[in-house]
Amino acid sequence: MTIIANNICCTRGARQVLQDVSFYLSTKDCLILRGPNGVGKSTLLRVLAGLGQPASGTLELDHDDVAYSGHLDAVKYQLTVVENLSFWAGVYGTDTIAAVIDRFGLRQLADRYAANLSAGQKRRLGLARLTLSNRKIWLMDEPTTSLDTEHTQLIARSISEHCGQGGIAVLSTHLDLDIPTAKTLDLARFGPTKHIDTSIFLEGSY
Amino acid sequence: MLALFVRDLKLAFRSGGGFGLALAFFLIVVMFVPFGVGSDLTLLARIAPGILWIGALLACLLSLDRIFQLDYEDGTLDVLATSPLPLSGITAAKAAAHWITTGLPLTIAAMPLGYLLNLSELAYPWLIASLAIGTPALSFIGAFGAAVTVGVKRGGLLLSLLVLPLYIPTLIFGAVTVTKSVDGLNPLPSLILLAGLTMFSVAIMPFASALALKANLKG
Repeated sequence: MTIIANNICCTRGARQVLQDVSFYLSTKDCLILRGPNGVGKSTLLRVLAGLGQPASGTLELDHDDVAYSGHLDAVKYQLTVVENLSFWAGVYGTDTIAAVIDRFGLRQLADRYAANLSAGQKRRLGLARLTLSNRKIWLMDEPTTSLDTEHTQLIARSISEHCGQGGIAVLSTHLDLDIPTAKTLDLARFGPTKHIDTSIFLEGSY
Repeated sequence: MLALFVRDLKLAFRSGGGFGLALAFFLIVVMFVPFGVGSDLTLLARIAPGILWIGALLACLLSLDRIFQLDYEDGTLDVLATSPLPLSGITAAKAAAHWITTGLPLTIAAMPLGYLLNLSELAYPWLIASLAIGTPALSFIGAFGAAVTVGVKRGGLLLSLLVLPLYIPTLIFGAVTVTKSVDGLNPLPSLILLAGLTMFSVAIMPFASALALKANLKG
């Protein structure tokens, strides 16, 4: 199982954000995407997840291995923590809810409506979905947002373990996560060198 | 897919789920008609089939934007699109759940409302049959419209403009089925055409909606 990105260019709207990004990831690899806001971290993760097409270049990965967590938590406020997790377990056809609840410290909150959770608790519930999905490739867009130190470490540990068990993780973050095997890719290096002038189409519409 | 269907039903009945919205709108529209047109019983009986069908159709339209918009806004739709479920299956499950929470209650509510409009006794079985058979088409065509406009902030107007023309055949054959039964003619041919429209929508629309969603999410 590998991810091979070959000279990928990404666009957001009609604006090019990344140019000629190449990397090769195989089992047990963890890649941390870095770079200032707006550099294209989320855009690249969406392309990897199959939620966007690279404008050019080739990408080789099996989208059926991918579990994606965006900067929204994909949590339903009107459902309880357990109901949220059972729903995703049903979607992914897995049945490890109890283990996942303990793992992410959600036992105490199990019967609470997601609307009554704090931002960090919702985040954990959203991330618990990745473990639940039983998929090999984790794509995480700033997973540590709103998490406290303890749970940031928990997430880092989960990612390390996932990679240790033969998975792949690609994530964006602004923190220094304690993942010993992680490689870092600074996306600021891949900013567009040639600007396509799209201002006539775009600027007015914002 | 079953998990998604069950979840959508659950959400519709929870607070803020909008289950009562379509039903309440239908009740209000139909109950206001006698106040608006007066208490002429023969006139009410004549316009009853049309009013009931138009009321059901508009009530259905009112709840369409919820099919995908809420899941789009909290990121669920992105995750669903990367999940093992095929997009066509996702749209079919959501359209079916929409029918259970709008079309079906509207069909049941039409019975007492027909009485309010002095609908001929002969017409009741045909009214119920036409709504039960016709409203699934409204949900599946509506899901397509919702898929096209997902991500458009306050896309309700666009959604209505897109969907209403596609609703016209269903409205015509649905209302004609009931009118014919009132007039003592054979309503079966129009009911069969209505069933054909529904089968066509149920068969085609999930795939059309999946393409629209794909274009919207995967740009």
